[in-house]
Amino acid sequence: MFETLADFWHMGGNGVYVWGSYGLCAVLMLGLAAQTLRRIRTRQRDLDLLQGSRARRDGTEGA
Amino acid sequence: MHRFANPGQFMRVADKVLPWIVALCLPLIAAGLYFGLYASPPDFQQGETVRIMYIHVPTAFLAQGAYVVMALGSASFLIWKHPLGDLIARSAAPIGCVFCIICLVTGSLWGRPTWGTYWVWDARLTSMLILLFLYFGYLALANAFDDPARGDKPAAILALVGVVNIPLIKFSVYFFNTLHQKSTLAGDLFGAVFGEPEAAVQAENLPADLAAAAAQQGGDLPPEMLLPLMLMLAGFTLAFLALLILRLRGEFASVRLRSLRAGFRAEPRGA
Repeated sequence: MFETLADFWHMGGNGVYVWGSYGLCAVLMLGLAAQTLRRIRTRQRDLDLLQGSRARRDGTEGA
Repeated sequence: MHRFANPGQFMRVADKVLPWIVALCLPLIAAGLYFGLYASPPDFQQGETVRIMYIHVPTAFLAQGAYVVMALGSASFLIWKHPLGDLIARSAAPIGCVFCIICLVTGSLWGRPTWGTYWVWDARLTSMLILLFLYFGYLALANAFDDPARGDKPAAILALVGVVNIPLIKFSVYFFNTLHQKSTLAGDLFGAVFGEPEAAVQAENLPADLAAAAAQQGGDLPPEMLLPLMLMLAGFTLAFLALLILRLRGEFASVRLRSLRAGFRAEPRGA
């Protein structure tokens, strides 16, 4: 356990390795989650656009 | 079981369990971080760097687990021509690839203060690097063609061929001389069969304090270190499942989009 916050950051002189590992892990996992969600959103938007234009086309055909 | 083979049914079930998975995953990882980074003791040999274990071991496990999911999906796609298998493999690949990168880099950052080097070309590290290249190869092949239907078979075959690497990673620390420690978790079947005699020999020739360290390396983690490791292992496994479901959703949307576009082109405007 750590006495002070400075000790916590210092990690017994190995702060670079410990925080580097946890930092990289956080960045990559959150990055993957963000990319995954963005991908779903763009696909869904394209689907809506395409379905919308198809509905419009079918609508004019019917008229 | 067959109703899960229907992609629509599968996705409906997956979407229902997703909020539960996320609701379980986040507190598990939060608790794992609290115990892993703060409320667990430093190792008497490695000091604070042992905390890297709490992300290194779960990501190593999941990098291999994701590959097995990818290979099973590819096998079901090749054997039964089931499109869901291909979509599951495509969804698991980028997640496993990210876990593999995290495992390799954290291992390297752990190796520098404990072994004195960032990298050695030994069997465990090299077979893990091969796993990363298999992920790269699969992702490149699966996404190489504008029409994904052309890339799915070669990618699935690569995934299946590469699965021989998984037991190689597992056995690498028992069959080859290595800096890497044996299995981290006790009760490991392969460790019991292949690891114990060597560990016993080591322990016989070592002074008492080092023998205790060797025993600890053999898999007897003290409970205060086992707790954060298990929390992170469970949390990361659930994170993998959540990401897998979300990526599957993206793959399904892509398939729908492609078939809709193909249909749109097939019927000329104003016909």
